[in-house]
Amino acid sequence: MKIWIRRVVSVLLVIALLLGLQRLVEPKYVTEFKEGGFTAEYYKETMGHEVLMVGDCELYENFSPVTMWQKYGITSYIRGSAQQLTWHSYYLLKEALKRETPDVVVFNVLELIYDEPQREEYNRVTLDRMKWSAEKVGAIRASMTEEEHMLDYIFPLLRYHSRITQLTEEDIEYYAKDTQRTIAGYYMRVDVEPYEEGAWPEEEPEDFTLGDNAMGYLDKIVQLCNDKGIRLLLVKAPSISPIWYDEWEEQIEDYAAENGLDYINFLELVDEIGIDYEEDTYDEGLHMNLSGAEKCADYLGNFLSEEYGLADLREDAATAADWEEKVQFYEEMKAAQYEELEEYGEIVSY
Amino acid sequence: MLLTSYNFVIFILACFVLYYLIPKKFQWVLLLAASYVFYFMAGAFYPLFILATSIITYFTAIWIADRTAKDGEYLKTHRAELSREEKKAYRVRSNRVKKGYMLLGLLLCLGILAVFKYADFAVENINALFAAFGSERELEYLDLLLPMGISFYTFQSIGYLLDVYWEKTEAQRNLPKYMLFVSFFPQLIQGPISRYSDLSKTLYEEHSFDWRNVRFGLERVLWGYFKKLVVADTILAAVSVIISDEYYSGAWVLLGIIFYGIELYADFTGGIDITIGVAQVFGVKVQENFIRPYFSKNIVEYWRRWHISMGTWFRDYIFYPMSISKSMNNLTKVCKNRFGKGVAKRVPVYLATMVTWFATGVWHGASWNFIVWGLLNGVIILITGELEPLYVRFREKFPRLTTSVGYKGFQILRTFFLMGCLRMLDCYQDVEMTFRMFISMFRDFDPAVLTLEEFAEFGLNWQQYLVVFAGTVIMFLVSLAGRNGSVREKIAAKPYVVRYGLFVILFLSVILFGSYGVGFDATQFIYNQF
Repeated sequence: MKIWIRRVVSVLLVIALLLGLQRLVEPKYVTEFKEGGFTAEYYKETMGHEVLMVGDCELYENFSPVTMWQKYGITSYIRGSAQQLTWHSYYLLKEALKRETPDVVVFNVLELIYDEPQREEYNRVTLDRMKWSAEKVGAIRASMTEEEHMLDYIFPLLRYHSRITQLTEEDIEYYAKDTQRTIAGYYMRVDVEPYEEGAWPEEEPEDFTLGDNAMGYLDKIVQLCNDKGIRLLLVKAPSISPIWYDEWEEQIEDYAAENGLDYINFLELVDEIGIDYEEDTYDEGLHMNLSGAEKCADYLGNFLSEEYGLADLREDAATAADWEEKVQFYEEMKAAQYEELEEYGEIVSY
Repeated sequence: MLLTSYNFVIFILACFVLYYLIPKKFQWVLLLAASYVFYFMAGAFYPLFILATSIITYFTAIWIADRTAKDGEYLKTHRAELSREEKKAYRVRSNRVKKGYMLLGLLLCLGILAVFKYADFAVENINALFAAFGSERELEYLDLLLPMGISFYTFQSIGYLLDVYWEKTEAQRNLPKYMLFVSFFPQLIQGPISRYSDLSKTLYEEHSFDWRNVRFGLERVLWGYFKKLVVADTILAAVSVIISDEYYSGAWVLLGIIFYGIELYADFTGGIDITIGVAQVFGVKVQENFIRPYFSKNIVEYWRRWHISMGTWFRDYIFYPMSISKSMNNLTKVCKNRFGKGVAKRVPVYLATMVTWFATGVWHGASWNFIVWGLLNGVIILITGELEPLYVRFREKFPRLTTSVGYKGFQILRTFFLMGCLRMLDCYQDVEMTFRMFISMFRDFDPAVLTLEEFAEFGLNWQQYLVVFAGTVIMFLVSLAGRNGSVREKIAAKPYVVRYGLFVILFLSVILFGSYGVGFDATQFIYNQF
């Protein structure tokens, strides 16, 4: 009996040590690669949303949910992370729909140009902090590059063990706590770096056909929304790079028409919305800054309100209280970023 | 499937559970199935080659054994009827037939090996000859994929065939059992080259679960992973850079010799530890392949301690048979008559040594680097032999000095660097570059070039250098502790807390400091290629 107790204690001790070390070496995603923390922030949401947006940086940097709330009383959340691909979006959406049923799902079509898993780091950024579920397993299986192994996801210590020789103060400081990086999934940047012609040189693809794999997952997203009675809206954000070719545009238009979906290409609405690439981008046209994101959100909010008749929830006390906190955090972050901009001439902590 | 891959660990776990769950009489069948699955996962067509070698050596050995039995029976039955001359003539005929079977098996096995491993090397040299004679003719390369571990299993099979031929061992009459001997997966990748008489003792036995045995096996596996992942694969980054560019000449070459010495030792002995440990988990005893080789005081001793199974293979199947062959006897006689006793005594040894080391070099790889490496080993061994009388006199004259710890340390260091210089042929891309870099070590030696900035260029941070240093010190201390008995036995005699603590430290070291997974190149064991 005594030997068994000793063995059990020994095993538990090793497991505790492994878990403790795992937490130590896992990236904290606080100062670098903040996107790694986005996926988990969704789980902190206590209320459902009228609009759920799934996609990559073209959503989480280009649309401000706070603006949609302040102007139209629409509650929304962006489930996005860096280079989030269509299968990531599908599984994140599927997982989210187990928690809530929004009226509208917004999907950014840029990710359809990628038909295969791209880079391991981006998979980790999206999936590391996703809660374990059948959806996470599915997402991992769909996302893994050739060099990856499921075991690395099950035991992140195996993936990140080499960080043991690269630990920073951040790993200690955020060992047992986390920080908030977004407001309803929106990643704010207030600085400005105007677009310049030729800033992002790109090679034209040899084949413009959107791949079967990515389109297959879009089909699944459509099906998911149909099954739940949710309207699906396709959008293309007004980012200048990657270049959005006419060939892709035609395929998306055809797909939207075939499936009875609405599709908004914000690149075609730049003048109407008033986007100025001298003022509304922080990285030379790749992403919108706060000013650009608020303009895009204003248009989208108006569309959802007018065309889809989404309810204005500003009078709902519980919802308003929830969003008041978000607005306050939004304003604090905005002020802090402007302060840094004034002090250092650039954003250093966000 | 690399021994350091997750898939291998999962594969072993699955085999382990099944092995002790199924009826014991099927345990060897499971090992055979696992071996072929393992080989199949390395390459879909690989099992065909190992099967071919197994079938060739199985049947030729059976024919030889049958012929031996039949002849013995015939001679026994007709003992009274046959004259001495008739018996002798019968034996000669019989031996000729058996030799024919043996040569058939040998040629077929070596033929497969030659085609896959050496054909392109031959083409390259023939093309170089054409070019040297001004011909524009070029033979086409075959570009065949070398089946994993082909040198190991081919030599293991040939060893078995020769043992049966020399009646040192009984032929295995059960084909699947024989196939297991050839393909036993833990040793398939990088040896050791087992003898049938050794391995078969425990390979086909029924094994009950023995916790102590399993624990010892797991500890050995873990120790192997420590050497391979924590030391060898970490320092590999630095070695790869140093040997790839002639910029790293002079003092860098010396450093490269030290680093590569550490890497090769940790890599190869680590791999063998994993092999022996995995086999032990299944209750199978695989022979040791290293006995603290870096404690050797001369090259002859080194080769008795390093890659023992390979050394003894070449000794038993090439050196000895050649030394005592009829033609060598005749040559000795001729030399004795023409040049005297001294030459006659040396000729068979010299010739057999050089042929053996040439073959050893060729076995290591199809390149001039390995051939030169093999021949240089042979030359140094012969010189060492010639100098032995001088050493004896020196030891007699300075007994206190030559028995001191300092002198032994000097001998050990001398051997390490001598072997390290020879190993340079493993590293550099061709023989010319190797010699240039070797010369630069003396001509351009300047330790001032070894700056911290340069070390940082190798892709390792100071913590990783520290890990390699600590790992090397630990390997050294474990080797020291192993001089007077098994380290695992010593650990097993310690209180539980100490045993547990050591196990946890070793385990966590592998997990945390090992070079594995995404972000690290899945480094093959250096000896896989042979």
